[in-house]
Amino acid sequence: MCANSTQTTLDTWKEVQEFAKKTLPQEIIEFIEQSKKEPHPESKLIKVLQMVQEHFGYLGKTQMDAVAYLMEIPTAKVTGVATFYHYFRLVPRGKNMIRVCLGTACYVKGAERIVEKLKEELGIHLGETTKDSLFSLEGTRCLGCCGLAPVVEINGEVYGQVTPDKVPAILEQFYEKSES
Amino acid sequence: MKDTKTKTKLVNILIDNKKVSVPEGTTVLEAAEKIGINIPTLCYHPNLSLLGACRVCIVEVKGMDAYLTACSAKVWEGMEIKTNSPNIRQARRDIVELILDNHPMDCQTCERNGNCELQNLAYSLGVRERLFEGERKHFPIDARSKSVVRVPEKCILCGRCVRVCAEVQGVYNLSQHGRGFYTQVMPAHGAGMDESVCIQCGQCIMVCPVAALVEKSHTEKVWSALADPKKHVVIQTAPSIRAAIGEGFGMEPGTPATGKMVTALRLLGFDAIFDTNFGADLTIVEEATEFVKRLRKKEKLPLLTSCSPGWINFLEKFYPELIPYASTCKSPMSMTSTLTKTYYAEKKGIEPKDIFVVAVMPCVAKKFEAERDEHKSPDGYPYTDAVLTTRELIWMIKCYGIDLKDLPDTDFDDPLGESSGGADIFGTTGGVMESALRMAYEVLTGNPPEKMEFNEVRAVEGLREAQLNIGSLTLNVAVANGLTNAKTVLNRIINNEKEYHLVEIMACPGGCIGGGGQPYPPKGYHFLDPELLAKRASALYKIDQSKKIRSSNHNPSIQKIYKEYLGTPGGERAHQLLHTHYHPRLPRGIR
Repeated sequence: MCANSTQTTLDTWKEVQEFAKKTLPQEIIEFIEQSKKEPHPESKLIKVLQMVQEHFGYLGKTQMDAVAYLMEIPTAKVTGVATFYHYFRLVPRGKNMIRVCLGTACYVKGAERIVEKLKEELGIHLGETTKDSLFSLEGTRCLGCCGLAPVVEINGEVYGQVTPDKVPAILEQFYEKSES
Repeated sequence: MKDTKTKTKLVNILIDNKKVSVPEGTTVLEAAEKIGINIPTLCYHPNLSLLGACRVCIVEVKGMDAYLTACSAKVWEGMEIKTNSPNIRQARRDIVELILDNHPMDCQTCERNGNCELQNLAYSLGVRERLFEGERKHFPIDARSKSVVRVPEKCILCGRCVRVCAEVQGVYNLSQHGRGFYTQVMPAHGAGMDESVCIQCGQCIMVCPVAALVEKSHTEKVWSALADPKKHVVIQTAPSIRAAIGEGFGMEPGTPATGKMVTALRLLGFDAIFDTNFGADLTIVEEATEFVKRLRKKEKLPLLTSCSPGWINFLEKFYPELIPYASTCKSPMSMTSTLTKTYYAEKKGIEPKDIFVVAVMPCVAKKFEAERDEHKSPDGYPYTDAVLTTRELIWMIKCYGIDLKDLPDTDFDDPLGESSGGADIFGTTGGVMESALRMAYEVLTGNPPEKMEFNEVRAVEGLREAQLNIGSLTLNVAVANGLTNAKTVLNRIINNEKEYHLVEIMACPGGCIGGGGQPYPPKGYHFLDPELLAKRASALYKIDQSKKIRSSNHNPSIQKIYKEYLGTPGGERAHQLLHTHYHPRLPRGIR
């Protein structure tokens, strides 16, 4: 009753580790192997998870299992760490990252209404990704350009003095881009 | 380990104005305990590592601005401690109130009502009103598992389950996930317990101070079967139940209650009351036969015992390479159930589908075992229909208004009721080994052992290795309880560090008497308390001592069933009915 019935066998520990290696890039495997030669390899867990997220854009179940098997750290510990830090994403990121500033100035200037409009337009909540993987939506702390409040940042580019009415037009550019 | 070369320095301290000298390195909690001062604790457990998360055990120390946690603070020369000042009482009360604030207010309907550590603390610290009530966490119950149910809403994040799972069992299935208000203790990826590396031993249930982890209840199933006139309801009780059930009715731990328990079951309306001991004797006959065969052929050694379902889950998820070494014998429960629905059914002329088999077990992993496909008949019905823990049975008896203490003794029913002393000791660590040795000795030498007691494998605290001379043979045996200890033996086998012939492994500390389905410790004892485990074990050794027949193969009912039904031990029919197989499972645990 192997969970991966397509796999021929995952009976021995060696087979499990070999399988885990196939799911991670060489660079990360080498980093793990190197860290295991040094004292306290478990202290490298966060670094390894950062590398995995950098490579895949998020931490998937398969990758976290592989990290656990290769670093020989209990999987529950790996997922415990991954869910503790806001930095780690457990779902794939959309092609375009929308971050709405929820800092004080933006909030006072109506950031919440922008969030509501974005949620309505995209059909997702904060922290989620659209089904077509085109957009991810996130709230963020002060982006440091309060003079433009309320602001929305998309893929690192700042849109200032946004109103709910302007939201559809902003999103439209990205739909167009993806079609072309 | 204390340094034996340099004499440990004594430190003089003052606790509640009482002078006391304790060795350097002692904690405030230990020092207070020494002079009979009881400091309340919650996340602390004497057998687990220190966490200091709950802050309930705070004390006031002269010259310190902040309160110190007695569980982790070490004493120093001249330390002046107050454990019960008005300030401390107020602070402790506030701490417990804040924990309660994030906890459902459902004590009356809670499974732990009456034996909940949080409830007891709230009472003893004088929490009489809820001053901080506000928003609290809401999480759904996770009842996906066949054995262990998670109720995260009740969890107070003391981390005791996380520690017992990691430190005592070496399973590391539980960990805190998320942060702040949304923190939840759960397996990796939030998977159901059965889909995680959980081995269903239930030690987390035992260590939980509240009802955040409980067993999957089968009591409703059993009540309905009892009320169904078409069902012939058969019950069997495991060896270790008789050693612990009395505790549920205020009897002194270690008091055997076999006869009273049987009477209570009769009053509950069961149609036949069998003894899992019968299955235990049968297990020994089959397992000793299997062992002697492997010994003579010098193959697949060591033989690993297979009675403990928590250990079997561990084998499949952590050490699948060793599956060929495990005995193929079904557990005593599954053997008894199988024979109830075959041998007994035929004898009685009842259709197996009309028989409902209930097993009372000290174990929550047995609930998982009962539902395994390997333990279903060729027609697809399970041989065991319901598994009750000792706790569930105690509750059912109480529900009927029966006080076990007042009952007379009666006997188990035939034909699956008679057992040898070798079966009784199955319930404690080393017991399966001892029973197997009693029979193996006779098979190998032609004579029964001069002394039935194999003290080399008794009272094992964690792990013991022994060398035994049987006839011309020298056998290396090992007994382990608690899976962290088992890991030590298993790694030695895997790395070819040592050659064993026979290895007994029980998942729970102390064996079945310390199982995850046993009663919560009575007042004055704590979970994993060696004293409590020793008392329960002594009940079983007492019963063994008092029996005329001590060796499984001399049980007349066993001899009869082979003659009438099973053929020869290890023969074809016996194999078909009494043996099983195991398979590697994912996710794989880190060992």
